[in-house]
Amino acid sequence: MIPGVLREAKARDGEHIVYVARERLLETMRWLKETPDQAFDYLVDVTAVEYRDRERPLEVVYFLRSLSRKVDIRVKVELDAADELAVDSVWSLWHGADWLEREVFDMFGITFTGHPDLRRILMWETYAEGNPLRKSFPLRGRFSRAEQVRQALNANPEAHYSLEELSIADAGGDLPEDMRERLKRGERGTIPEPGSRE
Amino acid sequence: MKTVGEVQSSNYLLAKFENLVDWAVNASRANSLWPMPFGTACCAIEFMATAASRFDFARFGMERQAFSPRQADVLICAGRLPFKLAPVIRRIYDQMPQPKWVISMGACASTGGIFDNYSMVQGIDTIVPVDVYVPGCPPRPEGLLYGVLLLHKKIKGESLFDHVRRRDEQPLDEKGLRLAPETIDEISEPFGNSIHQFRSS
Repeated sequence: MIPGVLREAKARDGEHIVYVARERLLETMRWLKETPDQAFDYLVDVTAVEYRDRERPLEVVYFLRSLSRKVDIRVKVELDAADELAVDSVWSLWHGADWLEREVFDMFGITFTGHPDLRRILMWETYAEGNPLRKSFPLRGRFSRAEQVRQALNANPEAHYSLEELSIADAGGDLPEDMRERLKRGERGTIPEPGSRE
Repeated sequence: MKTVGEVQSSNYLLAKFENLVDWAVNASRANSLWPMPFGTACCAIEFMATAASRFDFARFGMERQAFSPRQADVLICAGRLPFKLAPVIRRIYDQMPQPKWVISMGACASTGGIFDNYSMVQGIDTIVPVDVYVPGCPPRPEGLLYGVLLLHKKIKGESLFDHVRRRDEQPLDEKGLRLAPETIDEISEPFGNSIHQFRSS
């Protein structure tokens, strides 16, 4: 019996779905990953669903796969839209959840507590119009086209990436001087010294 | 004091000389365009086909593709442009030396195309000035070649001496809009099927 399970269901393709209480998500995921006869060692995807029916809660969906047993499972956490949209991050179990959770955060505004670097990944970080995949988000965005163009032009292209992403591990000291200058102006954090990362 | 005939004759000679210079300059510019491909989507596939041996835009003097904007004459935006790339194409355009031209290849680069949504620039002419629009989704290589020939025609009509026909792009303001906000809103109005969707919905 999987701990923390509220109810179970079958997807149309026969895949097993378990609904988990929000508070016990991390416990359940750790059990699924670390119990030897479960061994769901691979996190395929993290995504979220908001239904057209406003009464239905939002769902955060985790696709797990056991590479050794060749079975899949879906874990869902239901979040009430009126409530605070927050779940525990599973980054501590699967580091691959990093960007997947950032994408859900960007598109749905769901906060993952415990995530090491939770910021927008698809839209730029100063994007102020909201979360595009929410049902309340108008297709063309909230601002006029002119305002969108103005805000886009004012975004700093280098600021989409962290210093680590730009400098690719230890290349920080080898960056050209003008790039370092630009990063200093429009960037978060400090430029790592060469060899400072273990 | 010169007679009327002498003045007219010297003006005539000057005009002849200017025409000759224009012809020489424009012909050498038009017949040796260095394209800077800015391929973001499926139009870039057609662009590659245009560059490859079957269609071969080297026949029109474009054999040297410049992958550095500082050595390019014509920016070819092949594909849709998301807002996230708007400052990038603006910077590339600003880095290109004068004289420079822009070809907007395909429906999405020209108008936003089917992507009438929150993330897509509705026509790159809201970001950079465009000389030739090539319609199509994506345009066939013949379409792009026809656009290049139209650009040749446009370049050959320019003049170094005539201020009306002289092409002298002012550098774009670093972060400001190129067009008035009302103009941008107007040219990015919904069209086609998307008129049934409203901003307030």
